[in-house]
Amino acid sequence: MSVTSMPTASGSGEDALHIAGEAFRSRLIAGSSLYPNQQVMLDAIAASGAELVTVSIRRMSLEGYEEGPLDLLGERYRLLPNTAGCETLRDALLTAELARESLETNWLKLELIGDRETLYPDVLQLVEATETLVKEGFVVLPYCNDDPVACLRLADAGAAAVMPLGSPIGSGMGLCNPYNIEIVCRQSPVPVILDAGIGTASDAARAMELGCAAVMLNTAIAKARDPVVMAGAMRDAVAAGRAARLAGRIPRLDHAEASSPRLGLIGS
Amino acid sequence: MSASIRVNGERRTTAAETLEALLRELGLDPGVKGLAIAHNGAVAPRGRWSQTALRPDDEVEIVRPARGG
Repeated sequence: MSVTSMPTASGSGEDALHIAGEAFRSRLIAGSSLYPNQQVMLDAIAASGAELVTVSIRRMSLEGYEEGPLDLLGERYRLLPNTAGCETLRDALLTAELARESLETNWLKLELIGDRETLYPDVLQLVEATETLVKEGFVVLPYCNDDPVACLRLADAGAAAVMPLGSPIGSGMGLCNPYNIEIVCRQSPVPVILDAGIGTASDAARAMELGCAAVMLNTAIAKARDPVVMAGAMRDAVAAGRAARLAGRIPRLDHAEASSPRLGLIGS
Repeated sequence: MSASIRVNGERRTTAAETLEALLRELGLDPGVKGLAIAHNGAVAPRGRWSQTALRPDDEVEIVRPARGG
C-alpha cells in the first residue's frame, strides 16, 4: 500500500495544505531546475505529486525563442516565481513586480541572499522586503533562516508562510538543526515550509514529523541518479511524515519497555 | 532616428520608438506568454508597450520565467 493513501489522523481522508486561504492536496513543492533534461523534469515533477512548482525570472535570450518552464509546465501546475539570486531589496522588489506581470500571479517565493558562499538569507532585508511586498498585494513566502525569531518577525511582516532552510541550498545535508525547525513549527502562526538542504527521502519525512506543513525541494530530486524514482520516494516520504505527525509519535524513554507480555512466560 | 539604449545589460542602437517596436526589432513576438519588461527600473505593463516611448540611454530588461528552485 502506498503511503499516499494512508488515512490521516482526523480520519477524514482530506488533509489539505492551506496557504493564504488556498488549499493544496500536495505538501511537496517542487523546483524546475537542474534536471538532466526536459522529459526527466516533466516525469519527475509528475511523480512528485507537486501542484506548486517554482520558477525563476531571468533575462530572455535575444538569440531566439526557446521553450521554457511556462510552456512546459504552465498548463498542469501552478507556477510559483522566486527572486533567486537577488541580493538587494531593489532587485528583489523589481523581480517580484516582473514575476507578477509575467505569470499573472501575486504569489512569490521571496529570496534575498546575504552571502554567496552559503546562500544564506539576508534577514534584515528579508523582513523589509516582505513588509513592502505585502503592502503591494503580494502573497509572500520568504526563504529564511531556521531562526525562530526571524520566522516570527516575517510572519509579523505579513508572510503567508515561512520557508526556513534545513541546511544550505543544494547541500543535501538534510536538517542540520531539527531542534530549531521543531520550535519554528510550534511557534509559527503561518505554515512552515521546509526549504533547502533536503538530501534524501528520510529528510523530507523528518521535516514533516517535526511539524512542517510542506517541503520544498529541487536538487535532491533533480540530481538523484534516478530523479523520477526519487520524486516518488519524496512524495511518499512527505505523506508518511505528515501521517506520522498527525498520528502522534510515542514518547522517548530512557529504558526498555517490553512489548510482549510477561504473563505466561515459560519457566516462571 | 536611432538611439543608443541598454537591453538586458548590453548596449545597442535601435530605431524603435516604443517598447513594442523594440521587441519586434529584436525578433520577439510581443504576444508571447510570460514576457515582462522593466523600463528604467520599473515594470512596463504589457498593455502599454505600444505607447511607451524609448529615449536615448534607456535601460530595458526583457524577462521571462526560467527554471528555478
